[in-house]
Amino acid sequence: MPTPDPRAASSELKFRDPVRARAMVRALGRITDAIGRSPVSLMHVCGSHEQAIAKYGLRASFPAALRVIMGPGCPVCVTDAREVDEGVALALQGVHIATYGDMLRVPGSAMSLADARAEGAQVHVIYSAGQAVELAERVKEPVVFFATGFETTAVATAAIVLKGLPDNLSILSAHKFIPPAMDVVASVPGLAVEGFLAAGHAATITGWGVFEPFAERHHLPVVVAGFEPLDILAGLVRLLELVRDGTPAVVNMYPRCVTREGNLRAQAALWEVFEPSSGRWRGISVVPDGNLALRGRFAGLDARARFTIDVTPLARHAPPALAESCLCGSIMTGISSPTDCTLFGEACTPDHPVGACMVSTEGTCRIWHQYGGQPDLGDLA
Amino acid sequence: MCLGVPGKVIAIEGNCATVDFWGVRRQVLLDVVDEPVAVGDYVLNHVGYAIRRIPESEVGETLALFEELLAQDDAADLMAGDVRSEIAATGTVPDADA
Repeated sequence: MPTPDPRAASSELKFRDPVRARAMVRALGRITDAIGRSPVSLMHVCGSHEQAIAKYGLRASFPAALRVIMGPGCPVCVTDAREVDEGVALALQGVHIATYGDMLRVPGSAMSLADARAEGAQVHVIYSAGQAVELAERVKEPVVFFATGFETTAVATAAIVLKGLPDNLSILSAHKFIPPAMDVVASVPGLAVEGFLAAGHAATITGWGVFEPFAERHHLPVVVAGFEPLDILAGLVRLLELVRDGTPAVVNMYPRCVTREGNLRAQAALWEVFEPSSGRWRGISVVPDGNLALRGRFAGLDARARFTIDVTPLARHAPPALAESCLCGSIMTGISSPTDCTLFGEACTPDHPVGACMVSTEGTCRIWHQYGGQPDLGDLA
Repeated sequence: MCLGVPGKVIAIEGNCATVDFWGVRRQVLLDVVDEPVAVGDYVLNHVGYAIRRIPESEVGETLALFEELLAQDDAADLMAGDVRSEIAATGTVPDADA
């Protein structure tokens, strides 16, 4: 199969067009001026959006009055310390833990899974739910899949459950469902978010229709956007127009990947296996219906039912160093920026992370540390 | 992880497709893909599963971002790293060396 030349392919595409990019940057300024408030705060809820905004330096081109902040869009980061504690406790009890790589160094209330591994626990990094099945088939001993991620990733967990798990494999679900967290963040006093940019690929599963009740309830517009720099600029322009006009509509600016109803087959699998349950998100406290718990008929596969998970040994360990100074919680709700944190880039770095936001490649701190939050944008200036 | 990764279906056996990712052949599962998939289609994949058949007219636009990311050859880049993780999440083809 001939592989197209990437440079040739991308240079022809309309979203690479610098003229169009400049026009959109001017539109952002014009519409922000027309709104006449400062700041106008828009929130996105996706690590990949933040990566693209930071990587391509988009913030440098935003008008001064426009604030684009990242909310709880990093699934690893919002995994609660108590959920990490459950995984760590199981690992220290001698159970094999399989989990996505980003989870390894996320701090629990005392230890991370990497710390447990350093103490001799069996912690395995996997890239897919299917690899948890392969691991269980290989090791024969009890394996727990510490399953994290938003609805997009939970679909894969649902798929392996529906296919049938090996007897020695169970699931510790820390899966999260984004729309209820948007409800919580939209109500945070003082945050004053005026519109949400929703993540394209999560909406591939849920469909953009999932945001309509939210938009109506909070009287806030939602725009679904893709991950190209120009996809994001176009999404922000549309979102600002809706803010200016006071229209709490849901608009899909990513039709090449997102439909109104979404992927019905994936939704059927997701809701056959999981049900919404209220639980803690790191930094956000309790999110009503924000967790995805295994349904009762799958209780036999639920690690919380299969094992007595004893987190008391963790109380013997001191809390992670500097944890009390970490601003991760308020960074994840969009109240603070990484640069507001005294630890950022000093005591807290990707090599020596203090908080979850510096661990995950989708965490705001990690992304800002890599790319800078507001780098120059020479060719669009 | 939000990004997913697109690839071209080159063979299908049951619910398992062999997919080409820029010359690398891997296996993805079709259990939860939104529409029937045929050889020659492009699919968007996340953690080992195809989640969307990409309409033909939209393949070029969808591929471009990924091609730029992978062409940069920067091991530290977070977006490119997430795309590589998505490819690592797919299965190995049993007879890949045949």
